[in-house]
Amino acid sequence: MATPDQPIIAVSGLVKTYASGFQALKGIDLDIRRGEIFALLGPNGAGKTTLISIICGIVRPTAGRVTVDGHDIVRDYRAARSLIGLVPQELTTDSFEPVAATARFSRGLFGKAPDPRHIEKVLRELALWDKRDTQILALSGGMKRRVMIAKALAHEPRILFLDEPTAGVDVELRREMWDMVRRLRSEGVTIILTTHYIEEAEEMADRVGVINHGEIIMVEDKASLMRKLGSRQLALQLSSPLAAIPPALAGRKLELSADGLQLLYTFDTQAETTGIASLLREIRDQGIDFRDLRTTETSLEDIFVSLVGQRR
Amino acid sequence: MNLQAVRTLYRFELSRWFRTLVQSILSPVISTSLYFVVFGAAIGSRMAEIDGVSYGAFIVPGLIMLSVLTESIGNASFGIYMPRYNGTIYEVLSAPVSYVEIVTGYVGAAATKSVMLGLIILATASLFVDFRIEHPLWMMAFLVLTSVTFCLFGFILGIWATGWEKLQIVPIMIITPLTFLGGSFYSINMLPPFWQQLSLFNPVVYLVNGFRWSFYGKADVSVALSLGMTLLFMAICLAVIAWVFRTGYRLKA
Repeated sequence: MATPDQPIIAVSGLVKTYASGFQALKGIDLDIRRGEIFALLGPNGAGKTTLISIICGIVRPTAGRVTVDGHDIVRDYRAARSLIGLVPQELTTDSFEPVAATARFSRGLFGKAPDPRHIEKVLRELALWDKRDTQILALSGGMKRRVMIAKALAHEPRILFLDEPTAGVDVELRREMWDMVRRLRSEGVTIILTTHYIEEAEEMADRVGVINHGEIIMVEDKASLMRKLGSRQLALQLSSPLAAIPPALAGRKLELSADGLQLLYTFDTQAETTGIASLLREIRDQGIDFRDLRTTETSLEDIFVSLVGQRR
Repeated sequence: MNLQAVRTLYRFELSRWFRTLVQSILSPVISTSLYFVVFGAAIGSRMAEIDGVSYGAFIVPGLIMLSVLTESIGNASFGIYMPRYNGTIYEVLSAPVSYVEIVTGYVGAAATKSVMLGLIILATASLFVDFRIEHPLWMMAFLVLTSVTFCLFGFILGIWATGWEKLQIVPIMIITPLTFLGGSFYSINMLPPFWQQLSLFNPVVYLVNGFRWSFYGKADVSVALSLGMTLLFMAICLAVIAWVFRTGYRLKA
């Protein structure tokens, strides 16, 4: 049975082929660790929502197996689903229901006895308490998003899925949501969020998985991912334009901009020596003057674009 | 069994009804009153008694059935179509509930409304005509059975429908004609032999006659047959629903 170091969600060989013949997932293997924030990153149509929907029981798998805390999502769906809270991408709410009533409904649906104190806690944390008797249709888009989170948290899930949580959400609410996600993690809740905003994964996640065309391309700790794939660039602004890279520097990986005013040197942060010092010496020996220099770090976004680009 | 979930779904569906309580009660009361004014008072006075029952009293069971069938299908189909339409079905599908529990919640609530509606019409009718109920327990049994069966049918309709038009068209094109031709306002014995035979293929004939028997102890077809046909129709609906959930038809991709 479930042990603390066992993954809380284990996906193996998961395939989904829709009736149209479209293969949304092509054999996904993925483990989610207990208590982590996992960001599933991928462009639109990559299979993020399909993967989440299968784990939550909304879409039927074509092949493969998923267990949630050791419970098979098909055979033992009650135990599996009662651990999960889902905040879907679309704002789908019962317009005429008051806020608190819809949260109570969600709790009841998951088989939990009524607990007004918990509902109040959730609504307060999401700044919805003042709106508890308001019909959902009278709320703003951001408020509705919070209502959906309140519904997902109403039954005290151990795992929370946030599908594109900050799509179309203003900066302030995004910050609040990030705070909430961190607070939940500190309470031991495992959080899986999908996003195509790299910034979000970079800011929040412990681990990042990249999915594209129904395949997991890579799963890494965010920090080691940044380290591993992160390369730096040194840009030199030249004082006068250079016609071509001098032959003496041909051995270096240098690029010259079209106007001849910028030299770009890419180096690996993992390498023992970056070679910057010797490069600068050689450049001076060639009589090339530069006005300015700066180094830039590859962002998760660059890594992502290069990963996804390779697979095309 | 996730009884908490069944209770939650049931209450949710009923509360939707209570929000519009006035129109929910008023509209059947008004339409029933109109039927009695037209059929009972204006036409009924020129009609002969049927099986020793005055025409006004004769149509009471049929009128109740007419409304119960229409409302059962309407309420139950709307109840499940609405969350499919606005997307909130995701929550029910992702909850730890079995399909038996989902159906019990939705259909149970819709059937409750239908039974209450039937009783409201019964009470309204008693203001216009004198009638007796010989077998009150059977009357309730037929009312509940019919409500549940047609709510199951409505549930199927609400899952099958891919648009509001489809949701409307089955009641209008199929159920209303079957009900009007099902002996709600006449005894099928009054029809020429060919039409009498044809009527026996209309399931509503059995519902109305079983129900009428519980009032006056007389019917065009035997009460056992009526009961059997109602149960058969219910069994068919249950089988279809079981298939829907096994295959995920229009619920799960």
